[in-house]
Amino acid sequence: MNTLHIAQHELRRIFVSPLAWAILAVIQLMLGVVFLLTIVDLLANPMMLMDETVGVTEIIGGSLFGFGSLLFLLVVPLLTMRMFSEERRTGSLDLYLSAPISLTELVLGKFLGLFGFLVVLLALVSIMPLAMLPATPLDLGRLLSGLLGLLLMMAAFGAAGIFISSLTEQPVIAAVVSLVVLLLLWLVGWFSEWTIPWFGGETLAVGAPFAYLSMTNHFDSFLLGLFDTADVIYYLLFCAVFLTLTIQRLDMERH
Amino acid sequence: MTQPKTEQVLIKADSLNKRYGSHHAVADLNLELRKGEILGLLGPNGAGKSTTLRMLSGCLAPTSGQIEINGVNIGSDAKAAKDAIGYLPERPPVYAELSVDEYLLFCAKLHGVEKHERHSALLSAKRDCGLDKVGHRIIGNLSKGYQQRVGIAQAIIHRPEVIILDEPTVGLDPIQIREIRKLITELGEHHTVILSSHILSEIQATCSRVVIINNGRIVFSEGLEALAATAMAERILIALRHPPEADKLKIEGVATVTLMADGRFRIEPEAGADPREALAELAVKQGWGLVELASERKTLEEIFVELTTSDNNSNITISKEAA
Repeated sequence: MNTLHIAQHELRRIFVSPLAWAILAVIQLMLGVVFLLTIVDLLANPMMLMDETVGVTEIIGGSLFGFGSLLFLLVVPLLTMRMFSEERRTGSLDLYLSAPISLTELVLGKFLGLFGFLVVLLALVSIMPLAMLPATPLDLGRLLSGLLGLLLMMAAFGAAGIFISSLTEQPVIAAVVSLVVLLLLWLVGWFSEWTIPWFGGETLAVGAPFAYLSMTNHFDSFLLGLFDTADVIYYLLFCAVFLTLTIQRLDMERH
Repeated sequence: MTQPKTEQVLIKADSLNKRYGSHHAVADLNLELRKGEILGLLGPNGAGKSTTLRMLSGCLAPTSGQIEINGVNIGSDAKAAKDAIGYLPERPPVYAELSVDEYLLFCAKLHGVEKHERHSALLSAKRDCGLDKVGHRIIGNLSKGYQQRVGIAQAIIHRPEVIILDEPTVGLDPIQIREIRKLITELGEHHTVILSSHILSEIQATCSRVVIINNGRIVFSEGLEALAATAMAERILIALRHPPEADKLKIEGVATVTLMADGRFRIEPEAGADPREALAELAVKQGWGLVELASERKTLEEIFVELTTSDNNSNITISKEAA
């Protein structure tokens, strides 16, 4: 119950800040441009659809969600930067610490509030491909899988951002550090093909663990319409780890 | 100002310690607060007042020691203990972007006020803090004084047994200070209040009991009457047109004579003695030209300064000259 109250409060605070509206507008604009360019491209080269294995959903959804994931990587740190750092700076964290609620409820509440905003954000994004429904048949399952992947990935971004925000008093520092951490997690995917020569002409796939860590690798399967529990669990674990770290960090501060 | 005293102990702090590395912020602090008391926690800046209150409110865990709120140990059952507390930190924990009503309703929810009681809780908290007319205003647009009231309203909205106020009047103008003091006195009629301040007159104006802490230790803990009684030790001020040597004034019943900068003498009488009459007679007989003879009480300020500067005496002279 407390968790829901905090989530509701957090969502309200996100929506009374001009930043949230600016983010919604900017994302809508950027993705709108990408959407438009993809359609124009498709109209100019209808040959793309000649291959029977490729459909409109893949082309539109792929470019929209692919670009979207990068855009959200830049935007989520802006949403999470204030979560704890500003509360600490203005002293409003004491409101929670002196209230009869647990730190777990507090952190979960904040995360849920952010999650609520991300759902709104994603709902707006999903309108674009869905708008094509009257004109052309779409693979809705694939679209849904892509959206779910995006949502899970954003939630993971958010959890990491919330933890980093709990480390500092300065929202700007929290934003910059979160951005760097998320970018690193993004870049890690590039090492996934990394191999080194081993004895007897064998090669050792040193990159394999990186492939597991990378945010993008797990997201790619969602884009293909592949719902793999391993990928879902990756994101859920990611969120759980960072939220637990946040709780630990806040508890440490009391001592 | 004296509160009806019952035996119910609402706050009990037992040998509380807080260390930050090598810094001992609070050392072996014992505190007991009964129902209906207004306790003033007094001390210079950095004495450990805020740290103590943060520990009592559960925001900070003590390094060692036990805290019981309304009989519940805050370490073992934090939720139940915190249910009985309303806490106003040094800076009011408000959200500048929300309206007063939105904010206070959230605080009510956070403190577990039932849904059907929330509205009346909001109304009574606003009424108590004089916020009736600003309910729809955005907190960030309110003056510092009103923000402080919102902070206090937040602390009382769930009608806790214990209200903890950390420097409730700091940064306010004199009129606002008077209003907040009045509010605290009113709150003291139905709640138990503990407040901190580094201004003595504030404690005098509102509290029934005072605890003075310095360097994290309690140096004085009495009712306000006892503090006033300590102040009763009188001194005599005498001004003479033709002042003699200071020694000449040292008659029977006089302990010390000091010549002050403005040419007057300050005379400390021996315990129980009152040499004023004898001094007047002497002055007339010797033709010193008596122009002023007055008794001077040690002010609470001076007692405070004496108690809190015992280990860094260099500060005494500075603060006395400034006063």
